[in-house]
Amino acid sequence: MRQAVKEHLLLSYRRPLSSAASLDSIYDVAIIGGGMVGSALACALGRSPVTEELRVLVVDKVPLPEISAPGADPPELRVSTLTPASVRLFEESGAWDSMAPPRSAAFRHMQVWDHGGNGCVRYSAATVGLPVMGYVAENRVIQAALGQTLRSRRSVVDYVSPASLQTLTLPAYAPDLHSGMQSNELAEIGLDSGQTVRARLVVGADGSRSRVRELADLRTFSWSYHQRGIVATVRTQHPNDTAWQRFLRTGPLALLPVRGSYSNVVWSTSVAEAGRLQALTPQAFALEVNQALQGGCMPARNPLLPGASSDSFIPPPTVYAADGAASQQSFPLALLGSGRYVRPRLALVGDAAHVVHPLAGQGVNLGFADVGQLAAALAHAVETGRDIGDLGLLQEMYEAPRQSENARMMTALDSLKRVFAPQDGLLASLRGLGLDLLNGSGVIKRQIMRYAMGVA
Amino acid sequence: MSMGAALSSSRGVHTSRRTHDVPQPSAAGTSAAAAQGPAGQSMDAQEVAKFEAMASEWWDPDGPNGALHTMNPLRTQFARDAICLAHGREARTVQPLRDLSVLDVGCGGGLFSEALARLGADVTGVDTSATAISVAATHAQADPAVASRTHYQNATAEQLQQQGAHFDAVVASEVIEHVSNVPEFCASLVALTRPGGSIVVSTINRTNRSYAVAIVGAEQIMGLLPKGTHQWERFITPEELQEHIERAGAERIGDSGMVMNPFTGHWTFSADKAVNYIMSFRKPAEQQRNP
Ligand SMILES: Cc1cc2nc3c(=O)[nH]c(=O)nc-3n(C[C@H](O)[C@H](O)[C@H](O)COP(=O)(O)OP(=O)(O)OC[C@H]3O[C@@H](n4cnc5c(N)ncnc54)[C@H](O)[C@@H]3O)c2cc1C
Repeated sequence: MRQAVKEHLLLSYRRPLSSAASLDSIYDVAIIGGGMVGSALACALGRSPVTEELRVLVVDKVPLPEISAPGADPPELRVSTLTPASVRLFEESGAWDSMAPPRSAAFRHMQVWDHGGNGCVRYSAATVGLPVMGYVAENRVIQAALGQTLRSRRSVVDYVSPASLQTLTLPAYAPDLHSGMQSNELAEIGLDSGQTVRARLVVGADGSRSRVRELADLRTFSWSYHQRGIVATVRTQHPNDTAWQRFLRTGPLALLPVRGSYSNVVWSTSVAEAGRLQALTPQAFALEVNQALQGGCMPARNPLLPGASSDSFIPPPTVYAADGAASQQSFPLALLGSGRYVRPRLALVGDAAHVVHPLAGQGVNLGFADVGQLAAALAHAVETGRDIGDLGLLQEMYEAPRQSENARMMTALDSLKRVFAPQDGLLASLRGLGLDLLNGSGVIKRQIMRYAMGVA
Repeated sequence: MSMGAALSSSRGVHTSRRTHDVPQPSAAGTSAAAAQGPAGQSMDAQEVAKFEAMASEWWDPDGPNGALHTMNPLRTQFARDAICLAHGREARTVQPLRDLSVLDVGCGGGLFSEALARLGADVTGVDTSATAISVAATHAQADPAVASRTHYQNATAEQLQQQGAHFDAVVASEVIEHVSNVPEFCASLVALTRPGGSIVVSTINRTNRSYAVAIVGAEQIMGLLPKGTHQWERFITPEELQEHIERAGAERIGDSGMVMNPFTGHWTFSADKAVNYIMSFRKPAEQQRNP
């Protein structure tokens, strides 16, 4: 039986859907989008003995990558910071071992300073009694580890790809009407292969341009930062264990350790500047990064705050072009949120529900926190005989806690972004002072840090 | 709402989860154990009429039965644990009630029945309201896994007893307070249970507090319920319930108060049994009675 299960999984996993073996006609959970967040949910359902038996379907346009040996090759451009809370989710789901160092890199410090030399904050994991502040892993590594875990799960997870969602039928829902009996019809999804399956719960994990969200008619709010982010892989002379972030006049630049001596640059800047930076050779780009990190004024003693923070400043490493790495790319920066995360028989997770500015590396971690919460809600439902697609369940045990948490983070990141928005003069020195105050006040600083680490 | 323990007794007393909810004037409970036919002698025909109007609103969580929706997970947990204890099963597993037959007396629209069916039980739901039974049967159809494990009948406990039916467990939730002959009703619950099986009853206590909460609060001040939904004199204390069931031949396993936080609508178990409570019993196995 177990053998048959695995074969079926591999079959549907490897082959295009049109030739895949028959899908079940009813699934407990149908996850649309097997990106990092969707795959993490499929894995997390294996964490509890009661949700492990749920019949799960994952649909994605692209297959999950295969796991590979810890690489010596340059890492891929897309990387994610993993907070200790996300790491815990992976440990509980059994996926952590395949993405732990040396496949990823730990960082123990975080240093944030600005271009005007007005302030610097340095955070260390040791300050809060933790061994690390977090990890940085390539998205591909995270996905491959999750795929490996899915394949080794005892019960059936059908992963179909390449396949994409075309239609979605949800039970009738009129929140404003006291319509008496609420429909509890199962949801139905239609794939591009023409196949349809029914599900007790559909999860939209299909990213920021979620088709699920659109088909479910959920409204969103969003605004553009009129900026683009440049991502690039660079090399440092020595392996680095600090996440560096500097607020430049044009926006923040982050340098994150990836693995070995590789680091990842995420540089948010104006659209025009991004265009210029993207066109540079890797060597010329590395020079620009060094200038951005080391130019301007280094933090000096702030006359308004004697003895505050400047003494904790450590100069960032020099970066070099990473031979053989993909050249730098850029993407638009925006904030987006879905007004609601749930409908009867529907839940949105990850970027489908919320997209934040990448400056604190929180994006995907908010999605992983969604996953932990939703998986716990489903476990509770199974144990108490509740319908896992019940709106009340999804509202109370998933949407309410996650929406307030995500809104808190979105507001925090957005205001931080605005404080550090490109400008000179008074505001710049004010924010320098702000950083110093932050560094001086241990309590606030520890709270912010624990929050960023997902342990608050 | 300033009541300390928010009430709810399904077939009638409904607190709404949100205190500002405007009650629907037409709201009325459904029959539960009220009988229409001559066989339901212990049932009160007036009760049937009072509740019939509400049947279609069984499944609206914001409707008059909102409190039942929010209480459902808690009473399901209690019943699951009691039934598992009596049958020597682990409770926190997938479908812990798999293959056990359960009778839900006064099943109404099927809230409790569906939850028990999802836990794996093969559930028979009976109610004296034909409307409630058709609501329950219709609702179950949407999910084949639920439909295949629920069977609804427009009948009374007494009628099933006359047919000689037996179940591994019998539950009667928020119904006994609407029954006119309580000792007879309790005797049928026990008679319908197989030796070694369990019985779970939840209801509303007869105390000054329950009077304040269910009658004065919900019916008179808040207008949540039409006046006359409940007759406080019919409420049963835990001691009385225990006495009736034990006299009929089953022994008490355990009990708990259930209280609702009026602000969150969230129900929790409590030592406080002054308003809502739930109690479980076990019918001794055959060999113990006839050694
Ligand atoms: C350049 C950049 C840098 C970032 N850096 C960080 C960082 O350092 N730290 C961090 O935490 N976050 C970071 N983020 C954010 C992070 O990448 C996202 O939060 C994360 O990818 C969201 O994961 P997801 O699974 O929700 O969505 P996605 O990764 O977008 O996955 C969606 C999946 O759904 C599939 N799909 C889409 N539509 C359909 C359909 N119709 N049918 C079937 N399948 C479909 C797609 O193929 C894809 O696999 C960064 C983002 C960017 C752009």
